[in-house]
Amino acid sequence: MELFSANDVSKTYASQQALTNVSISVEQGTIFGLLGPNGAGKTTLIRIINQITAPDSGSVNFEGRPLKSSDISQIGYLPEERGLYKKMKVGEQALYLGQLKGLSRHDAMKELKMWFEKFEITAWWDKKVMELSKGMQQKVQFICTVLHKPQLLIFDEPFSGFDPINADLITQEILRLKNEGATIIFSTHNMESVEQLCDHIALIDKSKKILDGPTTQIREKFKTNTFDISYRGALNVDDAYFAAKYKILSHEQNGHGNKLHVQNLHDGTSQELIKDLVNQVEIISFYEVIPSMNEVFIKVVKQNS
Amino acid sequence: MNKILLILKREYLTRVQKKSFIILTLLMPVIMAALMFLPAYFMSMNDEQQRTIAVYDGSSIFLGRLESTNLTAYKFIPKDEYVALKKDIKQSSYYALLIIEPNFLTTNTVQIASGNNIPYDLKSQIRDKIKSIIEKDKMAEAVRKTAIPDLEKIIESTKTHIKLDTIKVGSNGDSQKSSTEIGMILGYIFGFMIYMFIFLYGTMVMQGVMEEKQSRIVEVIISSVKPFQLMMGKIIGIALVGLTQFALWVVLGIAIFGFSKNFYPDHSKKQQIQSVMEQQQDIMQQDSPEPQLDKMQEIISMTDTVNFPLIIGCFIFFFIGGYFLYSSMFAAVGSAIDAQEDAQQFMLPISLPIILSIMVMMSALKNPEGSMAFWFSMIPFTSPIVMMSRIPFGVPAWQLILSMVLLVVTFVGMVWVTARIYRTGILMYGKKPSWREIGKWLTYKS
Repeated sequence: MELFSANDVSKTYASQQALTNVSISVEQGTIFGLLGPNGAGKTTLIRIINQITAPDSGSVNFEGRPLKSSDISQIGYLPEERGLYKKMKVGEQALYLGQLKGLSRHDAMKELKMWFEKFEITAWWDKKVMELSKGMQQKVQFICTVLHKPQLLIFDEPFSGFDPINADLITQEILRLKNEGATIIFSTHNMESVEQLCDHIALIDKSKKILDGPTTQIREKFKTNTFDISYRGALNVDDAYFAAKYKILSHEQNGHGNKLHVQNLHDGTSQELIKDLVNQVEIISFYEVIPSMNEVFIKVVKQNS
Repeated sequence: MNKILLILKREYLTRVQKKSFIILTLLMPVIMAALMFLPAYFMSMNDEQQRTIAVYDGSSIFLGRLESTNLTAYKFIPKDEYVALKKDIKQSSYYALLIIEPNFLTTNTVQIASGNNIPYDLKSQIRDKIKSIIEKDKMAEAVRKTAIPDLEKIIESTKTHIKLDTIKVGSNGDSQKSSTEIGMILGYIFGFMIYMFIFLYGTMVMQGVMEEKQSRIVEVIISSVKPFQLMMGKIIGIALVGLTQFALWVVLGIAIFGFSKNFYPDHSKKQQIQSVMEQQQDIMQQDSPEPQLDKMQEIISMTDTVNFPLIIGCFIFFFIGGYFLYSSMFAAVGSAIDAQEDAQQFMLPISLPIILSIMVMMSALKNPEGSMAFWFSMIPFTSPIVMMSRIPFGVPAWQLILSMVLLVVTFVGMVWVTARIYRTGILMYGKKPSWREIGKWLTYKS
């Protein structure tokens, strides 16, 4: 079921087109990766979802009806440029932000206690924010974002400022929130975490959406019919028959671990290649190379420019 | 609405709980009181030195008649000792040498010689003593010569102290005692307080907006509330801080006033203050016999005729109106800039009318009905200060109402304009915007 969609959304600032007819659709209970180079228009789209700014044209739907202002209590937003009041105490500030999202003081307190215990930070409650390290502040901000149990969560670079242990903690929390039914829009430049987390991605470049689809399908789509094989025995690939069907990208033969990196130019399947190889050698491993999101990102953006 | 309340509560509480706020609020009335009372207090306690003054009386009029006080002793010396002493008064045990020449009655002049700088108090003490002795002698002589009975009393009764009462006549013929002095003092105080509050709390709004922008919390907050709510919550919250401070000052002022009243009937203190006041008066106008205390009493009795509820009410109105007008502009400036250093350029056009108001106020105090005072008390950018300075003198109702209406209309319009700048400005980072760019922000769709 679709929780959120933007349809043909455009937005222009004085001299600059920020979004041009962008449409996205986010399924309930999934993690949606919103990708794109700096200045592509991601933040503008996120601000439109948060009703911080309004689109010039196009429509935005939430739960199948037009987005309305009371929906902000159903959305949790962790902006990329984020901070807290430096001189305010941690607990007081978290309570305030929770109440601004529509929680009663009592409910906010209850939820905060739970989260502070879970993250083992109860000792911070009466500290001023300026006494905390950047990573500690990020933890508090994460809690403030999810405190009111919103249906839609928007994380913009949630891992920046975290050490690997805390980044993992946050990753696990994001996955747990998803399993509990939350829908998540995730914007990042870290493509590894996109592969790890996102069910679906959209790539925006120069104000336009240039790529959209389930993560696995997109990677599949960008595969180049390249295979990695390791084998035992002697292999000769330097003949005309081989050269006509395959492109040898690299070939190492050093007695024990022989490796071949090859692209099937003929019909792209693995069967063909295996058939041609098993005649000569014993195959130890054989797999198809699927491009990483990082490669897809670079390829698509470069093509677009 | 509920969210504005949450915001203003936070803005209010974080500021009111600050140490600097508490200290300033408590200290201000104490400092004010100190500024008023300390000079008098110091003057009353300055002279504690024991002195012996040698007196050479060539005229023989004063021999034995200069009575020593507990601090100053007068010792009459014969002529030969005087001649010796005159040469080295510095080495002697005397503090000073008072010389009365034989021809004193024709010159009316005495001299005092000393190695020290003679304090003003001592000089006037000596002068007063000599004056009263000589006047007594002359009076006795006159009584003896003219043989008029009770001449002394007759002369005393010719001394007349004139009071000038100003009567303010209303349009329906009723009249009321008024005081120009009181009007000036109150007009100055209240006009200046508005000036101070607008600057103090206006810049506080600007700092608050900049703090949110610099700490990057603003985007988190405006994903929960509308920028307009955030701006209004802040402006109203800080206005309440200002009103709290004002209310505390009024309460503390009354408490201090009450306390010092309690402390007034203490007889010796009263005399001290009285004598100090007489001395002060001496400095200013040597020969006016009118005692300052009478005047003080007159002023205090005049304050009863001042319409304090009207003044306080207008003060709160013009404070809120002027504050809203200016603080919304300060908020817009705070939203448009990233760094404190850039504030100057944008603050200048805002500060100019405030500073102009204070200058106009000075002339309005002298001529509260003049055309300059009238026009500047109508223009909303200067009216809070200028009108406030006119109110203690009495302002026609239509002028007051017109000024208030203009102020309200302008601040509503100004809040509308500045809110549009604000909601774009708070999300703009990087380079300092130009005036043209800020102008464009007005047209953005929210």
